[in-house]
Amino acid sequence: MIQKIFPSFKDAIAGLNDGDTLLIGGFGNSGIPNHLINAIIEEKIRDLVIVTNNAGSGESGVAALIKSGAVRKVVASYPRSKGSVWFEELYRKGTIELELLPQGNLTEAIRAAGAGIGGFFTPVGAGTLLGKNREERVINGKLHIFQEPIGGEMSIISAKLADRWGNLTYSTSARNFGPSMAMAGKITVVEAKKIVPLGELDPEVIITPGVFVDRVVEIA
Amino acid sequence: MSTLKPFTKIEMARNVAEDLRDGQYVNLGIGMPTLVANQINPELEVVIHSENGILGVGPRPVPGMEDPDLIDAGKDFVTLRTGAAIFHHTDSFVMMRGGHLDVAVLGGFQVSKNGDLANWMTDDEDLPPAVGGAMDLATGAKSIFVMMTHNSRDGKPKILNECTYPLTAAKVVDTVYTDLAVLDFREGKIFVRKIAPGLTQAELKSRTKAPLVFI
Repeated sequence: MIQKIFPSFKDAIAGLNDGDTLLIGGFGNSGIPNHLINAIIEEKIRDLVIVTNNAGSGESGVAALIKSGAVRKVVASYPRSKGSVWFEELYRKGTIELELLPQGNLTEAIRAAGAGIGGFFTPVGAGTLLGKNREERVINGKLHIFQEPIGGEMSIISAKLADRWGNLTYSTSARNFGPSMAMAGKITVVEAKKIVPLGELDPEVIITPGVFVDRVVEIA
Repeated sequence: MSTLKPFTKIEMARNVAEDLRDGQYVNLGIGMPTLVANQINPELEVVIHSENGILGVGPRPVPGMEDPDLIDAGKDFVTLRTGAAIFHHTDSFVMMRGGHLDVAVLGGFQVSKNGDLANWMTDDEDLPPAVGGAMDLATGAKSIFVMMTHNSRDGKPKILNECTYPLTAAKVVDTVYTDLAVLDFREGKIFVRKIAPGLTQAELKSRTKAPLVFI
């Protein structure tokens, strides 16, 4: 029997250790797995490398994780948003590292890790500051740069509906990085708005099949 | 003295909207380009793409009716129009990078005469850099429209022989819409297609740091 439902957020993040790479779903405030982030803050895990599109804003979610001192490095495309004060403060102090990638290179690199591909060549960023120090190749007459895959010890994402096999649907644009990050985490943990009985999700509308998911917690 | 009346932001958005065609898939960048949506002739089916996984972005929701999950690239609440589709981020960037979008309307810091675009980083070292989807759009969309003021706040030209800020992508810009003019970039030359009421050619030249061709 397959049983991926976990009783608590704390249980669901077990196995995340100091120094690990953590993929965090969400774009802006849409699709951020806030409950799992809070559990990680409470566990006082340190030196995390987080891979996430933005660096949080305000006092919750990714911003709270950064503020708590859990993060050594951020891999992101757009860390500077309205209210991303905690990232900006630590960045200015020089106590947090930033690796900046074009957004499409970031999401495709995550997908590549999940797909077992050793990276890819892309024209995006070629010939710019972000293409510096990367392997270059001219393909069909166009300059490309090499992007290596980006996976992690754990991915945390949010979903709308889940079942005990880990099949997922999402809520409108909160889908964003979820499907790619679900593939790329050695352990993929999901916070779902609702867990439904197996069989209730129409196979035609399941966006992320349970094979990519290890743990599911329902948001009470 | 001239009786210059620069294009307002809405007029700039209208100038962009007039160049969009029925059936096009269009990405509107954050900031000023989002104003274009309201200027598109409602009889046309122009499908608006948002990098976070939406085709068919609709109008802003009425207050109180926001779906907290449903936002656009600028993190503002939106709605879906009839026919809209939702997809995940990697597919969204496949659309952008893979040449499936007809037009991207982007903001700009600088554009050079050969169509180089700089719109992600200035020389302000106090701010952490952020690029988002700018390079993906500039590299991948079939046509690149740039909407920006003609001069910076301190009066410096933003249309130049060479960009001084770090590039987003080289040789990609097709048309620039400013508060002073609509300019087409072709084969290393800048063709002035439309100018603001009361603006003289001499004044436009003095506020541009690259050669202009008047047609």
